[in-house]
Amino acid sequence: MDPMESIRQTFFLECEEQLTELEAGLLALEAGQAEPDTVNAVFRAVHSIKGGAGAFKLHNLVQFSHAFETVLDRVRCSRLQASPHVMKTMIRAADILSDLVAAARDQRELASGAWQGVEGELRSLCSDTEGPAPAAPTSGTGAAEEAFSFTPALIALDFPPPEPQPSCVTIKFKPADELYAKANEVVPIFRELARLGSVAAVCCPDAVPHLEDLNPLGAYLSWTIELKTSHGESAIREAFEFVEGDCLLEISCPAPDAGLGFDNASNELGAATSQPEEEAAKVVDFAPREIESTASATSALSAAQASASSSSGSGKAETGAGPGLNQSQPTIRVDFERVDRLINLVGELVINQAMLSQRIIEAGVGNSPSVAIGLDELEHLTREIQEGVMAIRAQPVRPLFQRMARIVREVADSTGKAVRLRTEGEATEIDKTVVERLADPLTHMIRNAIDHGVEAPEQRTSLGKPAEGQVRLTAGHKSGRVVIEVADDGAGIDRPRVKAIAIKKGLISVDAQLTDTEIDNLLFLPGFSTASTVSNISGRGVGMDVVKRSIQALGGRISIASQPGAGSTFTLSLPLTLAVLDGMVVAVSGQTFVIPLTAIIETVKPSPASVHPLGVGSRVIAVRESFLPIIDVGSELGIREPLTAAHTGVAILVETEGGAQNALLVDAIQDQRQVVIKSLEANYGQTPGVAAATILGDGRVALILDVDALVNRRRSESTSYEMPIAVGA
Amino acid sequence: MNRTILTVDDSRTMRDMLKMALVEAGYDVVQAVDGLDGLEVLKGTVPDVIVTDINMPKLDGFGFIEAVRALQKFRGVPILVLTTESDQEKKARARSAGATGWIVKPFNPEKLVSAIRRVLA
Repeated sequence: MDPMESIRQTFFLECEEQLTELEAGLLALEAGQAEPDTVNAVFRAVHSIKGGAGAFKLHNLVQFSHAFETVLDRVRCSRLQASPHVMKTMIRAADILSDLVAAARDQRELASGAWQGVEGELRSLCSDTEGPAPAAPTSGTGAAEEAFSFTPALIALDFPPPEPQPSCVTIKFKPADELYAKANEVVPIFRELARLGSVAAVCCPDAVPHLEDLNPLGAYLSWTIELKTSHGESAIREAFEFVEGDCLLEISCPAPDAGLGFDNASNELGAATSQPEEEAAKVVDFAPREIESTASATSALSAAQASASSSSGSGKAETGAGPGLNQSQPTIRVDFERVDRLINLVGELVINQAMLSQRIIEAGVGNSPSVAIGLDELEHLTREIQEGVMAIRAQPVRPLFQRMARIVREVADSTGKAVRLRTEGEATEIDKTVVERLADPLTHMIRNAIDHGVEAPEQRTSLGKPAEGQVRLTAGHKSGRVVIEVADDGAGIDRPRVKAIAIKKGLISVDAQLTDTEIDNLLFLPGFSTASTVSNISGRGVGMDVVKRSIQALGGRISIASQPGAGSTFTLSLPLTLAVLDGMVVAVSGQTFVIPLTAIIETVKPSPASVHPLGVGSRVIAVRESFLPIIDVGSELGIREPLTAAHTGVAILVETEGGAQNALLVDAIQDQRQVVIKSLEANYGQTPGVAAATILGDGRVALILDVDALVNRRRSESTSYEMPIAVGA
Repeated sequence: MNRTILTVDDSRTMRDMLKMALVEAGYDVVQAVDGLDGLEVLKGTVPDVIVTDINMPKLDGFGFIEAVRALQKFRGVPILVLTTESDQEKKARARSAGATGWIVKPFNPEKLVSAIRRVLA
C-alpha cells in the first residue's frame, strides 16, 4: 500500500478514537462529572484531528476544528464559562466534526450549510462577552482574528526576487550562553549560510578567558562572516531563525554595487571589533563538506559543547534502537487480517491437538502417565492460546454506546421529546465483528424506543412521569453470552393495536388467541409497522424483522418484555465470539453433527408412550404438559428413512429464536465440546439446514446444524420432508 | 551510520507521517507517545535530534523539554517543537523551556528535514 494511504487510514482510525474521546469528555462535562483533565483531553482530541487534517489538506476539517479548538481552549483556560448553551453548541459541534471526518474519509464534500452554521456559532462564542476579554496573543491583530486566522497553507517567506549579481554581506555573530543551552550550534548555521553562497568566517577568540576562569557552558567566541550571495537579508536571517534573541546579530547588506567592501569600523560587536592581520589570514572558505573539520578548528569550545550528540551517535548502536523501535509503547496496531489468520491457525491447532490425542489413544500409549500428562498440558495450553487470541478480537462496547448517544439526541430533537440516555456496562467486551454489526440494529431499536415508546413531555407530566424520558442501554455477561438491553420508560407496547394491525395485514387470523408474548413477537414479523403514518424517524424501510435477522446472523437472539405504561425492554443475547461455538456432538445414521448448545433446552430419552403420531408423517413428543413436534434429523437431511421407533433415539429439545420449541431426533449424543466454526459457504456453498462445518478430533468434517432453518423448513413444508445435503466424511 | 531522531507525539497519524518523512530522508526513528514515554525512551537511547509535539497527555511538550534539558546527558541534543503558525505564545514558551527550534505544522517533509538539518551539527 502507498505509505501515504496507509497513514491516511491511520488518521481516520485515530479520528474515530478522538471523536469517541471527545464525545465522552463533553458528556462528562455536561453532566458535571468531568475529571480535572477531561477538558484537556477534549481539547487534545480536537487539536489532534486538526493537526492530521492539516497534513492531508482537509481544509473544511481544519477550519471547523480550529474554531472548535479555540472555544475549547477558552473553556480550558476558564476564559469561557461552560454554560448549558456553550455545552450544547459544543456537543453539536462534536456531531458536525464527526460528519466532517466521515465526509473527508469518503472523499466527499459536506454541504457547507451543514457545518458552517455551527462553525459560526462557535466563533460567536469566542467573540461575545462571556467571560473576561482574552488577551491578544500578538499585538496588531484582534483576538478573534488571531484565533481564526489559521490557514493550513505554507507561510510564504518574504524572498525578494533574486538579484542577478551576488553581493557581499557582512554578518557579525556573537552567540550568547542561551544559544548553546538550547542545543543550538554554530556549525549548522554556517552550513545554512553556505547554502546561500560562499562563506568566509573569521572566529574571534579574544573573549575566551584563562582556563581557570572558563565556564564550560559559557559562550566566548564570536564570528565575522562574509557571505557572497544573491539572496536578500530575510533569507540570511532565516538561517539564524532558531537563535534569534540568543545572540548578537548584525547583518550589513551593502548596496548591490558596493562590491566586496568590508567596513570594520561599522561593525561593533563585543570583543570582535578589529581583526589582527594574522587572524585575517585564517579566513577559511566555507564549503559544506568541510564543515566538520573547519568547525573543530575554529570552534573547539562549541564543538565540545555539542559533544553529547556526536558521542551519543556512536553509543546508540549498542542500545539497538533501530528504526521505529519503541520499547515503551503500550499498544501495537495489527492488521485485522493477521488476527483472523491467527485465529484460523489456532482453530487448526485445536483440531490438531484433538487429532493427536485421539491417535495416541488409538496407538495404545495413552495410558502411559507421562504421555497423558503431556497431552493434558498440550490441551490446556491450546485452550489458553485460543482464549488469548480470541481476546485480541474482543472490544469494549463503549464506542458503540457512545455513538448511540448521538442518535438519542437527534431523534429526541426531531420528535420534540426530552430523552436522556443512560448506559451501563460499557466496558463489556465482545467480538469486534459483533460490535460493528450491532450499530444498525441498536440504532433502529433506539429510534423506535424514542419514536414509539417515550411519550411527549406534556403527556408524561400528566401521567405523573418525569418530563424527561429515559432510554437505558446496558451490556453485561450472562452465562457465556453477552446480553445487551435497550429499555425505555415509555408507554410500552400497545398490544390491542399491535394485534389489530396484525389482523388487518393478514398476519394472524381474526380469532387468533395470542398470549402477550406472542403479540409482542408480532413486531418481528416482516413488514409489520405500527406507525400509522411513516415517520422519518423509524419509518426508514427497516422493520424489527430486519433487526431480528441481523441479530440472528450474529448468532444472537432478541426478545421483548413490555409493560403497558411502564415501558419496553428489548434484550439481545449474543455469542462472545463468532469463531468458536459450544456444541453438542450427535450421531445420526453414522454421520456426526453438531447442534449449537445455545439452542438446546434439554435432552430427553423418549419412551414409546410419549411419542404420538400426528397426521401424515408427523409425530409429536409429550414433554411434561406440552407436545412438541419431532424433527427426525436423519430423514430431514435426506440421509435415511424416518426412524420408525422414535424411542431408539434421543430427543434434543431446541428453541428457535422465535420461541418455538421442537424436538430434534438423533441416534445418540457423543460429546459436548467447543468447536471451531469453518464457513461452509466460503468453501462449498449455502446449504439449508446447515449453518457451518467443523473438523472433529479424528479429522472428519462435521456439519453444524442450523436449528432455526430446520424447524422453519419443517413448518413451512409440512408435506415435503426432503432437505437433502451432501455430507462429507 | 544513520542519525537517530526521537519523535514524541500522541497522535499516531503524526508519528506515522514523521516517521515516513524521516526514514525517507535517511534517519533512524524512535517514537514515543507522550512526554513521559519520551523520557522513558531516552533511558535507552540518545537521539541526535528530538522532535516533539506540545499538546500531549501525561506530560506535555513544555514539561518534556524542561525534563530533558535538566539531564546533563541530553543538554546538547537539539529539540524541535511541532507548532502552528498561530501559536507564537507556545513557541516562546517552548523556547524558554529549552527548545532548539520549531517546525511549523502542517509540515511537509522538506520543511521537516530542513529544520532538522538546521540543528544537527
